[in-house]
Amino acid sequence: MKAVGIILAGGNNNRMGELSRKRAIPAMPVGGSFRCIDFVLSNMSNSHVQTVAVLTQYNSRSLNEHLSSSKWWDFGRKQGGLYLFTPTVTAENSDWYRGTADAMYQNIDFLKNRHEPYVIISSGDCAYKMDYNEMLDFHIAKKADITVACKDMPADADVSRFGVVRMNEDSRITDFEEKPLVAQSNTISTGVYIIRRRQLIELLEKSAEENRFDFVTDILIRYRNVKRVYGYKLKTYWSNIASIDDYYRTNMDFLKPDVRKFFFREEPKIYSKVDDLPPAKYNVGSDISNSLIASGCILNGRVENSVLFKKAFIGKNCVIKNSIILNDAYIGDNTHVENCIVESNTTLRANTYYSGEGKIRIVSEDNERYML
Amino acid sequence: MIKKEMIAMLLAGGQGSRLGVLTADVAKPAVAFGGKYRIIDFPLSNCINSGIDTVGVLTQYQPLRLNTHIGIGIPWDLDRNNGGVTVLPPYERSNNSEWYSGTANAIYQNLRYMESYNPEYVLILSGDHIYKMDYEVVLDFHKANNADVTIATMPVPMEEASRFGIVIADENKKIMDFQEKPKEPKSNLASMGIYIFSWKVLKDALIELKDQQSCDFGKHIIPYCFENNKRLFAYEFNGYWKDVGTLGSYWEANMELIDLIPEFNLYEEFWKIYTKCDTIEPQYIAPGAKVERCIIGESSEIHGAVINSVIGPNVYIGPDTVVRDSIIMKDTSIGRNVTVNKSIIAENCRIEDGVTLGIGEEVPNKLNASIYTFGLVTIGDDSVVPEGVRVGKNTAISGVTEKEDYPNGVLASGEVIIKAGDRK
Repeated sequence: MKAVGIILAGGNNNRMGELSRKRAIPAMPVGGSFRCIDFVLSNMSNSHVQTVAVLTQYNSRSLNEHLSSSKWWDFGRKQGGLYLFTPTVTAENSDWYRGTADAMYQNIDFLKNRHEPYVIISSGDCAYKMDYNEMLDFHIAKKADITVACKDMPADADVSRFGVVRMNEDSRITDFEEKPLVAQSNTISTGVYIIRRRQLIELLEKSAEENRFDFVTDILIRYRNVKRVYGYKLKTYWSNIASIDDYYRTNMDFLKPDVRKFFFREEPKIYSKVDDLPPAKYNVGSDISNSLIASGCILNGRVENSVLFKKAFIGKNCVIKNSIILNDAYIGDNTHVENCIVESNTTLRANTYYSGEGKIRIVSEDNERYML
Repeated sequence: MIKKEMIAMLLAGGQGSRLGVLTADVAKPAVAFGGKYRIIDFPLSNCINSGIDTVGVLTQYQPLRLNTHIGIGIPWDLDRNNGGVTVLPPYERSNNSEWYSGTANAIYQNLRYMESYNPEYVLILSGDHIYKMDYEVVLDFHKANNADVTIATMPVPMEEASRFGIVIADENKKIMDFQEKPKEPKSNLASMGIYIFSWKVLKDALIELKDQQSCDFGKHIIPYCFENNKRLFAYEFNGYWKDVGTLGSYWEANMELIDLIPEFNLYEEFWKIYTKCDTIEPQYIAPGAKVERCIIGESSEIHGAVINSVIGPNVYIGPDTVVRDSIIMKDTSIGRNVTVNKSIIAENCRIEDGVTLGIGEEVPNKLNASIYTFGLVTIGDDSVVPEGVRVGKNTAISGVTEKEDYPNGVLASGEVIIKAGDRK
């Protein structure tokens, strides 16, 4: 592959509420046994990108823990590898990353020292599967300066929190609006870009000189009429996790046969850190319907339309409905959980009742746990 | 020079012929166990959990799956710059090339491997038992007694003692005598086939007995050491230890994992068992499915009913199907409206719609009544069972079978169809 990868995994988002207190969004558990960043890392690996830099600053510990070894994504190689860049104090600079362009600029030496002609930039908070080689072929065929992967959203979708693009018949992007009040189109940017490495270095240096820090507003939008910016349509599943509702919906999407088939059955696969957990165990009284159960779970109660992450424990006579139970949650006997997201490591007491009224409720409790 | 205090030699070359069609194409240590594991995972995990980071795995019979499973040892953290796991198959020499003809002969043929680590102690393990054991404790026992050989033993009920190699020890655990499958056992301490040797003692014995035909630890090396007045001690182990050498004991050991709090608990944080995981996706339990008293591996999809069973990773069980008291291994797919009773179905099989397994009376198996017993239906790797057929008890199927293979659509109890692998 003729490209290096950059994953923008920096941000926090206040619409994630309590869920982002413990971790950065790219470290959010998704789809039963994955973390959000596994999707982009696997895409990079499956597209034969050998060198990937992850730029992160908000609660990077959570991400660090997940990326403690790069072998799960096949990046533990002599050629290339996986790099995690957090802001550092240098002779010239002691700022945090002030934006996506600034984050890349602060690590410009990484870009300068590589030899690959192209750079693939992707955000780390999306669930999708994509072969970047096809997008690169498109980029080269169109003689583009920057190619943006775009997605047509359904007509009724609210796109006001995305970058909305308009393209001409040649797929050239004629208009790019970030988070528009009134959207002019239903085509949005997925936050995946391809750009020539030297071009990126040049644009980043110019922006830094002008004290501009954001890749989208200060480079993409500012240069859209000067540079050849093209849109590459992504036809398959793509979901961005930026709010509690997104997070809930994305996880629930995995209960749909087509989404499950796309991510779980079709090659190439998504990889994640291996946890060495035993198989899930269903004891007497377990009654499961339309649910995803990860390894290490022990179930004694009823679970319906829910996603259970690794090592969840469900007590006797429990009813878990339309809920997401994160890693290592312990739910005591006779407890009812409906329309909730139960935080990881939470212990819910026996005989309790939790229900989101009309919206998704985040349950995070710190009770004492009685181990079996 | 590299120096390792103790290295382990894991004997994994045996066929395990008593597992019938399950080991037609794979060595016994590579047979799946407990959903996602393979039998060899238990001794390998014990090694790394005991702090042993140098393990030689001796292979001979059908090693392909074993080799792919072990790889460079990543799952057990045995991918080391120094030591780690090494697969040791028999090899050709300028004169006297031979297969491994016995357990000790296999170790003898790898003297140079052991010498390269310059060990003080060598741990001899076999790859066919299910247990969790801290070998470091055994080593401490070995050192404390200033022993030359330590044999791990386990108390067994007196009435069963005549099935085992029995060790008679004094109050200090010093071994006074041996009895091999005695009619009148003098003790109930059974040898587990796990030995720690002081390196010099092992080396001398192996060289001394190098011309012994089918040189075996239990039959030759241990008696030789005993006769030469070496210090032999019996370490008493009191945990869970299960020999899964027969289809019955294999089935039973799997079923024990389903108990509410199993005697052999895989869910403890302490002493984890590691394995190679190809699938990490969560499993899906569909609407209308029923799962009770079972363990199910990653990425499986259950539409029917699964009761009292052990299901491996990436298994599909169709709607209106009932699986009961059975073991179903990795990548197997079971169609709709199938009934599976007390069966062992190996990896990558296809059971087509409307099949019924495990019906009728128990009749002794015609091919080998001692292997295919216990009322089990045993189906080997990569087999296909065609639509609508009915299969009795004490039966075995291996290979891609067609309707013509089943007279009147029935495989009566005690019959076998073997169309693949070594016929036995």
